[in-house]
Amino acid sequence: MTEVTLSNVVKNYGAHRAVHGIDLDIQHGEFVVLVGPSGCGKSTTLRMIAGLEAISGGDVSIGGRIVNDLPPRERNISMVFQNYALYPHMTVRENLGFSLAIKKKAPEEIIAAVDEAAAILGLDELMDRKPAELSGGQRQRVAMGRAIVRHPDVFLFDEPLSNLDAKLRTQMRVEIKKLHQKVGNTIIYVTHDQVEAMTLADRIVLMQDGHIVQVGTPLELFDKPVNTFVATFIGSPPMNLIDGIVRGDNAVELHAPSSGGLHGGLTIPLPSTARGRVSDGQAIKFGFRADNLMPMGHAVEEGGERTELDLPVTLTEPLGTETLLFTEVAGTEVQAKMYNPRPVRPGETLKFQLMLDKCHIFDAATSNAIRG
Amino acid sequence: MPRRRFPEWLVLLLPAFIVIAAVVLIPLIFSLYSSFTPYKLTRPSTLWRWVGTYNYEKILTDAKFWAAFGRTVLFLTIALNLELILGLGIALMVNKVTWGQRTLRTILMFPMMFSPILVGFQFKFIFNDNIGLVNNVLQSLGSNTALPWLVDGKLAMFSILFAEIWMSTSVFAILILAGLFAMPRDPLEAAKVDGCTAWQTFRHITLPFLMPFIFIAMTIRSLDVARAYDIVQIMTGGGPARRTELLWTLMSRTGYVDARMGLANAMGYVSIILSILFTIYFFRKLSAARAELGMAG
Ligand SMILES: Nc1ncnc2c1ncn2[C@@H]1O[C@H](COP(=O)(O)OP(=O)(O)O)[C@@H](O)[C@H]1O
Ligand SMILES: [Mg+2]
Repeated sequence: MTEVTLSNVVKNYGAHRAVHGIDLDIQHGEFVVLVGPSGCGKSTTLRMIAGLEAISGGDVSIGGRIVNDLPPRERNISMVFQNYALYPHMTVRENLGFSLAIKKKAPEEIIAAVDEAAAILGLDELMDRKPAELSGGQRQRVAMGRAIVRHPDVFLFDEPLSNLDAKLRTQMRVEIKKLHQKVGNTIIYVTHDQVEAMTLADRIVLMQDGHIVQVGTPLELFDKPVNTFVATFIGSPPMNLIDGIVRGDNAVELHAPSSGGLHGGLTIPLPSTARGRVSDGQAIKFGFRADNLMPMGHAVEEGGERTELDLPVTLTEPLGTETLLFTEVAGTEVQAKMYNPRPVRPGETLKFQLMLDKCHIFDAATSNAIRG
Repeated sequence: MPRRRFPEWLVLLLPAFIVIAAVVLIPLIFSLYSSFTPYKLTRPSTLWRWVGTYNYEKILTDAKFWAAFGRTVLFLTIALNLELILGLGIALMVNKVTWGQRTLRTILMFPMMFSPILVGFQFKFIFNDNIGLVNNVLQSLGSNTALPWLVDGKLAMFSILFAEIWMSTSVFAILILAGLFAMPRDPLEAAKVDGCTAWQTFRHITLPFLMPFIFIAMTIRSLDVARAYDIVQIMTGGGPARRTELLWTLMSRTGYVDARMGLANAMGYVSIILSILFTIYFFRKLSAARAELGMAG
């Protein structure tokens, strides 16, 4: 069993602290994705697990063994790098077999392991080529093959798909997921792309500025973001956020960010989930996803707790099964979704329904979610 | 009817052709021609006597020439190998240095900035058997004999080699350092993760990547050392009694001291073969090493 545990792991680069004491428990066989904006410390964290970066504080343990001071080769991990990092002077076959050859494994054993990896990743045709003679996608596959021949305890991926074009990226994403189902090892995967995180992860670890902001399944992060950062990072399009002020027990007044609520705004009912958790006059951020603001008659769900709004459409983005509508609520641009779309002219005013029970309330001062 | 004119490209290239002809082609043809004459600088009329391949036949059976030829090959082999090993070591160490690396790199270039003549004089002094630094140090350490550094054949070769290596190891060091700087970091990290020790990483990843740089340095230095002259001329003059005679000291002695320019030119042509062979050899190696890395083209 190979769990990976980080406890209070810190990384300093000189005076700059890149990772601020993070704690994380990763189960055996789990697919965990570290996601976050560029520079938030994902790679640094992964490289500390790999042993490529010294740990400034805290402990990293793999399979119950603290590995802080072990070199990478004693950690039984393998890593796939963003730039593939293939050995340029070796053929695909040699690249795949290198780690075993280094360990002085028997030739038959190496051949068997290499052939197995090649079969899993469909590399048979490419075995005698050099990396320079491969396309990006093929190189990526070789890099993955090189990682699996060794049957490591843990796979580490650092943005393995970010150098590929969009189509190939989608395709390789599926392959990585299949690979995980086939080999079943623990995988720690780094990406800045929330779509990759959502589609691949058993559990997402969302990071910001060297801190972990939220850990959870993709749906937990999507449905229950702990703060506005998570709410806007996860999901596409990002969650709409509108400034608001709680009025009385059961109303919210939405207003444009600049007005500070002085000129009045749009008053809507306070979602029942938030009642009793906010106080009169409290400044909040009112959040909802595009899917929860739909024109009447073009919604996927009717009923539930909702309110109706007449809103002007400023721009449309037809996506096929749905159309993204840009509109304005209380002076803030928001996006809505129209299912079973019909053509809409910019400027047209439609009657929308806002699903109040799907809305999120965040404290304006702390950005943290307020929910039961 | 317009006047017939040279095509434009020819007109444009003509100055270059003329200059090349004047500085390369004519001396080349002249020296090649004179190698078929008994041309003596002191008797210009000998330039017009054609003796066919007489000079070449003489060279082929000349033990002194072949001794110098062999000694040059030996000198070249030892110098290049030692410079490679030292240069590689220095480059690897400098590459590890994080503080003051620029300064170190500049210092590394110092020996290359000296005139070889001065380097020759410097080491002639250092290895002098009476007043030289080396013997002084040895004697203050308790040795009673004054080693004849520049007189004994083997010691003299060693001294010259020492000077040559001191002056030119930095060629290897600088080129290999450039290779190390150009080296992508990812494969090194991949190798670490793949289970390599530091030595295995060096042997299987770093070294293959450095090979093209090493062969470029080898090519440059093999041409350089094959025409080694100044340091030897200053330190021993090829002597004593021809014990340190290399091809170029022999040639200059034949051409300018004995004034037998025809014979010297013939020697020059034979010895050029040496340089050509080395160049071909190292270029082959270079292309192979580049092809290894998928850089061929
Ligand atoms: N070798 C380094 N030296 C100094 N600072 C570094 C180094 N590597 C990363 N950093 C800094 O640490 C922070 C986290 O970097 P990184 O982990 O690479 O982010 P990412 O989440 O994009 O992978 C960044 O602010 C980056 O500038
Ligand atoms: Mg990164």
